[in-house]
Amino acid sequence: MKTPFKNDQIRRYSRHILLPEVGGAGQRKLLEGKVLLIGSGGLGSPCAFYLAAAGVGTLGLVDDDVVDLSNLQRQILHFTADVGRPKVESAREKLEALNPDIRVITHKDRMTSETIMDVIKHYDVIVDGSDNFPTRYLVNDACVLSGKPFSHGGIFRFDGQLMTILPKQGPCYRCLFPEPPPPGLIPSCQEAGILGVVAGTIGVAQATEVLKLLLGIGAPLVGRLLIYDALEMRFRTVKVPRNLECAVCGDHPTITELIDYEHFCGLGGDTHG
Amino acid sequence: MGVKVRIPTPLQKLTGNQAEVICGGSTVRDLIEGLEGQYPGLKERIYDEAGKLRRFVNIYVNEEDIRFLEGDGTSVKDGDEVSIVPAIAGG
Repeated sequence: MKTPFKNDQIRRYSRHILLPEVGGAGQRKLLEGKVLLIGSGGLGSPCAFYLAAAGVGTLGLVDDDVVDLSNLQRQILHFTADVGRPKVESAREKLEALNPDIRVITHKDRMTSETIMDVIKHYDVIVDGSDNFPTRYLVNDACVLSGKPFSHGGIFRFDGQLMTILPKQGPCYRCLFPEPPPPGLIPSCQEAGILGVVAGTIGVAQATEVLKLLLGIGAPLVGRLLIYDALEMRFRTVKVPRNLECAVCGDHPTITELIDYEHFCGLGGDTHG
Repeated sequence: MGVKVRIPTPLQKLTGNQAEVICGGSTVRDLIEGLEGQYPGLKERIYDEAGKLRRFVNIYVNEEDIRFLEGDGTSVKDGDEVSIVPAIAGG
């Protein structure tokens, strides 16, 4: 027998419970859901904020960075007084203040091939909101090898990209882009800039995908890449077939162990921007 | 009429900040050669030193990834929309 909702939970989640697609049973799924967010920055902030508001019961936060003044234009979980504090601590405080129902687990750490499998195994869905290619490929490969669904989101200047990966059922990030670019070829956010609100659009879309997966409703963004152009306010999707020769999720995978690509994007400081 | 090619933000400095250019050609390879003539430097951002399409930049004809069609030999016709989409890592 499940514990019944408390009165204030019924009020807090009433606008969810009213939805036939969610209802009390769906809200319970959210409260029992465990989501890991890699990065508590531009994407991780809005994503975690909405997941906390929605009552996703366990949120894990991974980030080894501290809050910098230049983060505040987009990383909405961090306030001016948080400059210099670890991002995961600053984020936890805001999320717990928003919703005391949830449990926030912090990992003030950078994921590596040694650590990531042990962390992700405790969660149902992973959100990649990291800011560099080595971490993105590490998250992809770890999720594929352990069969964890995850949401990919990326932002750059006025552009965003989004895709949901259900390992083996649909294409993975390597099916889309087989290999990371070599160091130096693609500028990072620190070098190129980012319109802050683009992080909100994509991070909130990631939260939407996570909620749909936890609830088991709708059609996830699997096999399709969503491309967002803020300047033209245009959303397009292109098809992403599963690559049968994919190095990690194909029929004859060559990647069976995790790879630590050389970290080249961080210019110091802002590692999970 | 020609083929509309959408240029991603990181490459727009090569096209004089144009997000869309109209180009002629019967294959994706033709289009890129044509673009290189007008906007030198574009080709090397799409092809590697060995002349192969880079693995972190995708080209779509309408909604289809040319790696799953006939690569840069994929044919294009007037009215098609071709998009160049690089991987982006920011977060």
